[in-house]
Amino acid sequence: YTHIYTHRQSVAQSEVQEQSRRWYSVSHLSVQERIDRKRNAALIGGGQKRIDAQHKRFAGDSVVTGQGRINGRLVYVFSQDFTVFGGSLSGAHAQKICKIMDQAMMVGAPVIGLNDSGGARIQEGVESLAGYADIFLRNVMASGVVPQISLIMGPCAGGAVYSPALTDFTFMVKDTSYLFITGPDVVKSVTNEDVTQEELGGAKTHTAVSGVAHRAFENDIDALLNLRNFFNFLPLSNQDPAPVTECHDPSDRLVPGLDTIVPFETTKAYDMLDIIQGIADEREFFEIMPNYAKNIVVGFARMNGRTVGIVGNQPKVASGCLDINSSVKGARFVRFCDAFNIPILTFVDVPGFLPGTSQEYGGIIRHGAKLLFAFAEATVPKITIITRKAYGGAYDVMSSKHLRGDVNYAWPSAEVAVMGAKGAVQIIFRGKSNQAEQEAEYVEKFANPFPAAVRGFVDDIIVPSTTRKRICRDLEVLASKKQTNPWKKHANIPL
Amino acid sequence: MAAYMITSTLRRVLLVAKHASFQSRCCVASSRVQYSTVYDSNEKTFDKILIANRGEIACRVMKTCKKMGIKTVAVHSDVDASAVHVKMADEAVCVGPAPTNKSYLNMDAIMDAIRKTGSQAVHPGYGFLSENKEFAKRLAAEDVVFIGPDTHAIHAMGDKIESKLLAKAANVNVIPGFDGVVEVSYTVNMVVLATTFCKFMIVLATNQTGSTFNSFRLSSQEAASSFGDDRLLIEKFVDNPRHIEIQVLADKHGNALWLNERECSIQRRNQKVVEEAPSTFLDPETRRAMGEQAVQLAKAVQYSSAGTVEFLVDSNKNFYFLEMNTRLQVEHPITECITGLDLVQQMIRVAKGFPLLHKQEDIPINGWAIESRVYAEDPYKSFGLPSIGRLSQYQEPIHLPKVRVDSGIQEGSDISIYYDPMISKLVTYGATRAEALQRMEAALDNYVIRGVTHNIPLLREIITHPRFISGDITTNFLPEEYPEGFKGHQLTSEGRRELVATAAALYVSAQLRSQRFLGNLRVSTTPQEQRQWELCVELEKGSHTVAVSRSGSTFTVEVDGVTVEVSGEWNLASALLPVTINRTPRVLQCLSRDAGGDITLQYLGTQFKVRVLSQLVSTLSAHMPEKVPEDTSSILRSPMPGSVVAVSVKPGDVVAEGQEICVIEAMKMQNSLIAAKAAKVKSVHCKAGETVGEGDLLVQLE
Repeated sequence: YTHIYTHRQSVAQSEVQEQSRRWYSVSHLSVQERIDRKRNAALIGGGQKRIDAQHKRFAGDSVVTGQGRINGRLVYVFSQDFTVFGGSLSGAHAQKICKIMDQAMMVGAPVIGLNDSGGARIQEGVESLAGYADIFLRNVMASGVVPQISLIMGPCAGGAVYSPALTDFTFMVKDTSYLFITGPDVVKSVTNEDVTQEELGGAKTHTAVSGVAHRAFENDIDALLNLRNFFNFLPLSNQDPAPVTECHDPSDRLVPGLDTIVPFETTKAYDMLDIIQGIADEREFFEIMPNYAKNIVVGFARMNGRTVGIVGNQPKVASGCLDINSSVKGARFVRFCDAFNIPILTFVDVPGFLPGTSQEYGGIIRHGAKLLFAFAEATVPKITIITRKAYGGAYDVMSSKHLRGDVNYAWPSAEVAVMGAKGAVQIIFRGKSNQAEQEAEYVEKFANPFPAAVRGFVDDIIVPSTTRKRICRDLEVLASKKQTNPWKKHANIPL
Repeated sequence: MAAYMITSTLRRVLLVAKHASFQSRCCVASSRVQYSTVYDSNEKTFDKILIANRGEIACRVMKTCKKMGIKTVAVHSDVDASAVHVKMADEAVCVGPAPTNKSYLNMDAIMDAIRKTGSQAVHPGYGFLSENKEFAKRLAAEDVVFIGPDTHAIHAMGDKIESKLLAKAANVNVIPGFDGVVEVSYTVNMVVLATTFCKFMIVLATNQTGSTFNSFRLSSQEAASSFGDDRLLIEKFVDNPRHIEIQVLADKHGNALWLNERECSIQRRNQKVVEEAPSTFLDPETRRAMGEQAVQLAKAVQYSSAGTVEFLVDSNKNFYFLEMNTRLQVEHPITECITGLDLVQQMIRVAKGFPLLHKQEDIPINGWAIESRVYAEDPYKSFGLPSIGRLSQYQEPIHLPKVRVDSGIQEGSDISIYYDPMISKLVTYGATRAEALQRMEAALDNYVIRGVTHNIPLLREIITHPRFISGDITTNFLPEEYPEGFKGHQLTSEGRRELVATAAALYVSAQLRSQRFLGNLRVSTTPQEQRQWELCVELEKGSHTVAVSRSGSTFTVEVDGVTVEVSGEWNLASALLPVTINRTPRVLQCLSRDAGGDITLQYLGTQFKVRVLSQLVSTLSAHMPEKVPEDTSSILRSPMPGSVVAVSVKPGDVVAEGQEICVIEAMKMQNSLIAAKAAKVKSVHCKAGETVGEGDLLVQLE
């Protein structure tokens, strides 16, 4: 017994024993520890020391795991430690992660990973690879059961990048975190490409170009504080409802600014974020992928304290059209919300899918179908507001009534039609002279919300300033919505 | 001319562009105006009036029309289609695209609108066509009444030089000077100082020939672009002048009244910022003398309607005629507050031919009124450079007593580059000046404006400045008091503590709230509210150790060992943050609050960025890598949205420090942008005629 006791103590002294239990507790204790460790590592130096250490075993290995609470709500956390073998993944390292993931799934609590790992521990060979696969399997099993979040806090290469890719959200730290399959040196030797770490896999690359990461933060502390804030939006598991927090913003607040936000000229842009911030509680909107496929806006907000997922076309960028990237971005977000009981609000101002060879060659049909699939299969409360254009197939896709939308509203400025007046007239009256006249007639007949409203595809045409009030009321009603899809092993989304 | 210049080389001279009236356009009266005038429904004036203006003043005129039972017609440009003045009017007609010369100055379109709507009279407001005799003539030709003076009065007073001669003839004191047109030749080395009332007066520095020409070119260009006239007038410079104007009201039957004065000395770049009525400076004798001279002048030109005679008053209470504005002035509400007259109603009555109802002895001075012009502009850039944007949140302080807000915008409105950036005129009144000032303070603190940069920080500093409170002001007040430019409210150590304590209390209440979930059974059953919060608050590069403890809605905050007690409702959704700090009630505003601990608070008018971190996070922050800020000396960005007038350099040029690189025009004001260091031009990203946004890259240096 004495032996066990002293062993425990030595482990505790090496600051490894489940210290991350408090990582996210109010005290932020572990943040300090993390940084102290980093500093010490820098002082001791890497190189030779590390090679010497290859034959050593470190108590706790290169990962810290545990559970704790953020604002009173349970969470499981693992944090890879770059100071031990570069955070490389050994069999023991993997086991520790798997252990908390298994428990997280059993009790129904999210898993947060703080990733800082150079990849597989080469010295361990296949054991390390097996460890990766064990984690991947658990990532997949936990997907849709508990929310999984990855925060990349240092360079992550090789196998270490796939676990974050399997999780629901990947956040990065600007200037100090990287994600890549192989680093610049290997890239140079394989493809003869000259590229810096930052260009290849920095936060900017992944949040703006590749779409691998969902958001980037200024530094480690900013990232951790924002993660705490983000965590408050999420339910603990797929068995829990979306959280409702205390709200000071009146649910019946009118938003007069919305009455004038949509410009008279249908070609003029406006900022969809103005609408979203206008209706959300306290103007707070946690945007997901704000720098990627900006023609669609997705993110979390609260309505009368209740978490909602918001999807909106962004007329300010590429007229808000749907292209490959925006469809995929939207689809993944909608599926997350559906998996975790988060109601979806959709703001529609979409002129259609982006035409052209680059889109067709890239498979816009296949990728556009993902968004259609995601909205159609979603069984959470779905509220849709058509602010302006809802043209063609894109109208159907954007959470239309036909895809089991629960409440579909149109603003007076809405135009629900197969296409814009000009295009329509050019097709119907090809070669006829009085096109301007026909165009005016088309606008009169089709470019308004009435044809959709009389058929029941739109439940009501509402005064924009009352939008918040109505959504809050509808969400209250729909909170007990129950809808199930037919039994299946799993659906076959067009990947 | 040459002889005059020689004699005046050592004197300072006033250089003034003709037609110096500035074109301010904007503006709704969303307030409870207390007029003593009665609206006699039996007195038949007009059935329908067209208001040839936009914004605040259009709304102001419509308010009175509604009270008088007159139908109103609004004109608007296409971008103004959903503006407040359009919604307020019974009818609205679009008169063209956004640029003013194609819409609000487009006489053909406005004449069409008058015919189409059958309007019997036109109120021009101020700016635009209000002092355009051509417009008045065209209206007369079609038998439409112009609500303003007759054409000959507009003509006589419209020309600075002519009006001066006329005033002289009417025995009005005028500034001694050269009464003619100046031909400026490039050999003249002038020393010129501008004062007061008009943004086209340019200050030129001594002995700097290059700069003189530069400024002269700018001033004459601006004058030409705005008024189509680049003549300049030279007058004796009046030292330490005050700008005091007399409101006159005359009818078509030879009656004329003076409605006391307005003190408009607080100006920036020759545009008024804060006005008050009456003036602290005038004694009853001077007031009467000025009033009587103003009435003499009005009678001399057979003036009818409301008008303003502007005077410069020197430190010995000598006053000199400056010019007469033949229109309703922007700052007319303060005169209305102290006299109880509705000037718009009087203008409409006079235009219809009714005689004035009041005698001179009926005109009172009831209390004190102060007007602050709230602008969408950045006061930290030469006391105010225009800013644009969408008013994402907007709340006027009209819930407070004795506050009048004349505005023409609402939440969601756009402040565009096309028109004057005025948001509103905020007027407060009280029995005494101190009372009016105190109300102004509260009104400014309760005014919520989000989405555009505004000048409330400057306004609040002015009205609480000891020198302003003492009444010792001149037109040079701002440059004298803020020689380095306006830097916002300077915190005292007590103010600092108050601000830090409030920020800390706000942070803690937000943290506490984020731990409260409704109806969620899976929250830890052992509540873990902290009793004591150890925080670190960073403010303006200073860092404070703060300990917070809570009891109910009261926070006891220890800032560097000094205890501050802050209590309030802590409504985290409200834009206003009314708190009681050490038993003193204050209204702060929370502009932003994010997860990283950054809080922006508006405290005493000025916005302060505060960062609240837990003690631990703060210690750890020291280990974070520092971000290298962008080197700004080698890049030139547009300080405001506007259009590029001229670009003086091309890639490869070598520029000296201070050399002009390009000129940006916004809201009819030209700004010369200069090189911050001597360098070679690397690239030019703009060209003349282009529109640029704030912060857009213009020129890059090597």
